[in-house]
Amino acid sequence: MNEVPLTHILFVSTALFFIGMYGLFTRRNIITMLMSIELMLNSVNINFVAFNKYLFPDKLDGLFFSLFIITIAAAEAAVAIAIIINLYRSHQSIDVDDATEMKF
Amino acid sequence: MNTSTIIFYAIAALILGAAILAVTSLKIFRSAIWLLFSLVGIAALYFWMQVEFIAAIQIVVYVGGIVVLIIFSIFLTQQSGKEMAKPATGKMIFSALAALFGIAFTFNLINHYGFNNISAAPFNPSVDEIGMQMLSTTSHGFILPFEVVSMLLLAAMVGCIVIAMKPTEANIVHLNKKED
Repeated sequence: MNEVPLTHILFVSTALFFIGMYGLFTRRNIITMLMSIELMLNSVNINFVAFNKYLFPDKLDGLFFSLFIITIAAAEAAVAIAIIINLYRSHQSIDVDDATEMKF
Repeated sequence: MNTSTIIFYAIAALILGAAILAVTSLKIFRSAIWLLFSLVGIAALYFWMQVEFIAAIQIVVYVGGIVVLIIFSIFLTQQSGKEMAKPATGKMIFSALAALFGIAFTFNLINHYGFNNISAAPFNPSVDEIGMQMLSTTSHGFILPFEVVSMLLLAAMVGCIVIAMKPTEANIVHLNKKED
C-alpha cells in the first residue's frame, strides 16, 4: 500500500485533468464537452482524497471536499442537460457553432 | 513490486486509457461508454485507497446518475450511430500541444516539490466518523456547507423543471404575438 508514492497518484490525476482539457478544446458538441468537464472534476476529487490520505490522515477534510464536489457536479450536470435539451428544442442541434446568437 | 502496486498501475492505465478514448472517440455513444469505464476506474482507485464511502458515492452518483443522464440526453438529441465531424487538424495539434505542455509542467513541479511530511497516523474514513463530523456543529463540523448544498440541490431541481418545462398555452400565445 505505501509502496506507491503520493506523486504517482498526483501524476494520474494531472494526466486525467489535461485529457479532460484536451477534450474541452477539441470537441464541438455540448454533451461531449460536459463529459470532459466531468473528467476534470474527477481528477480534482482524486487529488483531495490522496492528499487527505497521505499528508493529513488524522483529519477528514479532503473527503468532505470531494463529497461536496460530487454533489455540486451532479447538480451542474442536471442543469446543463436541461439547458441542452431546451437548446435542442429551439435550434435542432447541440453544436456550439450553431448557437451563436449571444456571441459578441 | 507487490500485488497492491501492480493493482494501482493497472487501475491507472484503465482510467487514463478510457479517458483518452472518451475524449477522442467520434461516436458519441461510445464516448459515453468510455467515460463510464473511466469513472468506474476512479471508483476502483478510491477502493484501492481504502475510502470505501467515497467509492460508493462515486458509483452511485456518477455511474448510476450522471452517465445515465448523459446517455438519455444523447438519445434525445442525436442519431447515436452517426459519427461526429472530426475536429480540425490544426486545432487538434494545438490542443494536444497545450495539454502535453501542461502535463510536463505539472509533472515537473510535482517531481521537484518532494512531499516529505508524509504522516503515518492511522487513517479512519469510516462512515460513522464521516457522519458524525458532517452533522456536528463544533468548529470542525460541516453542518453549514451541508445545509447550503441542500439548498443548492433544491434550487437546481427547481431550475431544471423550469428550464425544461413545455411552454404553456399562455406562453405560446405570447410567443405567436411576438412573431406577428
